[in-house]
Amino acid sequence: MHRILLTRLAQGHRTNRMPNVAPPLPDRFRGLPVLDAKACASGCRACEAACPTGAISARKGLHLDLGKCLFCTACTDACPTGAVRFTGDHRLAVSDRKDLRIDSGEGLVLAEAMGKELRRVLGRSLRLRVVSAGGCNGCEVDVNVLQTIVWDLSRFGIQYVASPRHADGMVICGPVTRNMDLAVRKTWAAIPEPKLAFAVGACAISGGPYAGQKEQLGGAAEVVPVDYFIPGCPPHPLTILDGFLRALGRMPDQKTARKA
Amino acid sequence: MMSGNLARVSNGAALPLKKVPKLSPGAFRDCVIASVASGSRLVALCADEKLQLFAIMADDEAGILGMARTALSKPAYPALTPECPAAQLFEREMAEQQGLLPEGHPWFKPVRGHLPGRPGPDPFGRKPAEVLAGLIPFYRVEGTSIHEVGVGPVHAGVIEPGHFRFQCLGEEVFHLEIALGYQHRGIERALLGGPHAATLKMMESAAGDTTIGHTWAYCQNIEALSGIAPGPRASLIRAIALELERLANHTGDLGALAGDVGFLPTSSFCGRIRGDWLNLSALLCGSRLGRDLVRPGGVGFDLDGDRCLELRTRMEKAWAETQAAVNLLWQAPTVMQRFERVGLLTGEQAQEIGAVGPAARASGLRLDVRLQHPLSGSSQSLIPHGWDDPAGSGGDVFARAWVRWREMHHSIDFLSKAVSALGALGEGKKAERRDRPALGANQVCLSLVEGWRGEIAHLAVTDAGGAFSLYKVIDPSFHNWSGLALAMRGGQISDFPLCNKSFNLSYCGVDL
Ligand code: SF4
Repeated sequence: MHRILLTRLAQGHRTNRMPNVAPPLPDRFRGLPVLDAKACASGCRACEAACPTGAISARKGLHLDLGKCLFCTACTDACPTGAVRFTGDHRLAVSDRKDLRIDSGEGLVLAEAMGKELRRVLGRSLRLRVVSAGGCNGCEVDVNVLQTIVWDLSRFGIQYVASPRHADGMVICGPVTRNMDLAVRKTWAAIPEPKLAFAVGACAISGGPYAGQKEQLGGAAEVVPVDYFIPGCPPHPLTILDGFLRALGRMPDQKTARKA
Repeated sequence: MMSGNLARVSNGAALPLKKVPKLSPGAFRDCVIASVASGSRLVALCADEKLQLFAIMADDEAGILGMARTALSKPAYPALTPECPAAQLFEREMAEQQGLLPEGHPWFKPVRGHLPGRPGPDPFGRKPAEVLAGLIPFYRVEGTSIHEVGVGPVHAGVIEPGHFRFQCLGEEVFHLEIALGYQHRGIERALLGGPHAATLKMMESAAGDTTIGHTWAYCQNIEALSGIAPGPRASLIRAIALELERLANHTGDLGALAGDVGFLPTSSFCGRIRGDWLNLSALLCGSRLGRDLVRPGGVGFDLDGDRCLELRTRMEKAWAETQAAVNLLWQAPTVMQRFERVGLLTGEQAQEIGAVGPAARASGLRLDVRLQHPLSGSSQSLIPHGWDDPAGSGGDVFARAWVRWREMHHSIDFLSKAVSALGALGEGKKAERRDRPALGANQVCLSLVEGWRGEIAHLAVTDAGGAFSLYKVIDPSFHNWSGLALAMRGGQISDFPLCNKSFNLSYCGVDL
């Protein structure tokens, strides 16, 4: 007992200060990309050829679908003129799938908070059922880590629950394999209304590297109505938490973070 | 002892296909069975789309790998499983993937719930609506007091899907059957004719918690088949990343084991410290899971002097905290009482099913790719061997926990030597990115990496155009899931979460 208490003291207080202060990210972290069509050399389209998922297009300007992007920087490496750049901005969650398609010089229209009535019901206590549907255990790892003392998800009133009947929403990872189709539908049906769905990671948004494979359905929105999309491969835990908190209207920058 | 009919191969070295002896189906079968009977291990048994079978055998003590092949004239052959149980899942897999019928297979059931890629009848005779994961004829113990417990595919936590079917008498488990395939996304089928644009990303996400292990195995094949060597610096950075991946996952596993017996201090400390290890991978490449670090021909990011220094400082801190957190575990009699003599997998059982990795070592088997089939130029000889400690060979939950703990010490030893060795290699220069170089035609290459769960095996065969005519991915979990089923026999069903965690196997790595 003695030893446990001493160890506890030595391990110290480790919970970060979200939502007011974001913990530091590694310098090599790749967040929101910025496109510069003016720098784009005419018609080389080397980025398209390099991209594993067809996320980037250099036809009539530069366009990137963050829902497909794996943040692998193959496009950046292929581009002779530096027209694609990845910033350290971790905020990527949106509430409209269309908002993930970004154009040159554009920022991201970040996720809107859920409606007032929903917030009254779920705002202080959001229970989520996490379902892995063909995920690689990458998104699952970074969704799960939010429960550790560093992130302490429950201080925001958010909890992962075992039974869909106790849940207010579902978090889906993976492209939704054919073999998980039924399980995802049944889990969704078992969650009482009103309810929310979060698609976490490139696979759950677009099928990711598996898009087009006949063994999967191309993302969560093919099966359930998705309210929030959190891109990445996998998204950093900070990006995921930011998405959850945005849904609850709890991010301090939420009034200001709008398309310029 | 290895049969003379096998072609000797080395880890990560390409070989012209014609150098692999093409045996008659009978001689092929005898060769595999005789090798296994004399103590060799079945690393892989697989088929291409043209009824050609490949077998890979390992004599681990002698550090020898051998390969044989045969061509069938029809999609059926006498099963190997009755004489070689380690072949059971491989043969079921070939039936489901290539439609090959293993005649006389005693446990003939689908593996993942999909139809064969090769045209022809489904060997399992399923109706279209029955081709789904989990639709298999489960074993059933009959009797008035027997009850059946089904769990999954959706489990009670943030876990991948799978279905577990228990046959119980009260608390006692007579039998556990595990049905997987829910995460099947068609990776191996997609690899045919490749490498394609998305191939590298599929390898990184074959088992996303083992990104470095699988991607390294893949890149080693690509490098051997294209003649591009990664160079000592890149190899060393890969080896550093591999051990960081091991440390993160072993820390997480020890914490989770503590959690499953209700010992919260270690559970909550390790949950956090695991993140610190993952953040060291992010220091290397920006991704906590090591995405985009390992690439054909080298690594995406170098580790300069300053970064090495930061790595060393943070590693030492994380290690000190890990030790403080984990040592509480061994000092708690209540924990030891729950870990010991639970979930027993004997050495004979482990050998029979072809178990690998920490789970096999915890049952007393001596196998570790890093020592016995080292990767070329990876300096993995710096890893001390782990079987000096009889405490961790009892085959129970305790042994599987203890083996991980010993391995973490070895990883730390390695890392501190490797970081110094990296400094001595001089600065790295950024190589041009070549994710898909041209591959040699009609070649075969086997690549093994000791991931944190055990041996990762990738087998690549190219056709006359240098495209994959076969690409086999074998996650260690493929061998080890049946170990979990055996370990539950005669145990209490309430011990399942603990036993399951002590193996901590991958679903997506098997489902592919
Ligand atoms: S970073 Fe995104 S857009 Fe660029 S190549 Fe990779 S997946 Fe494609």
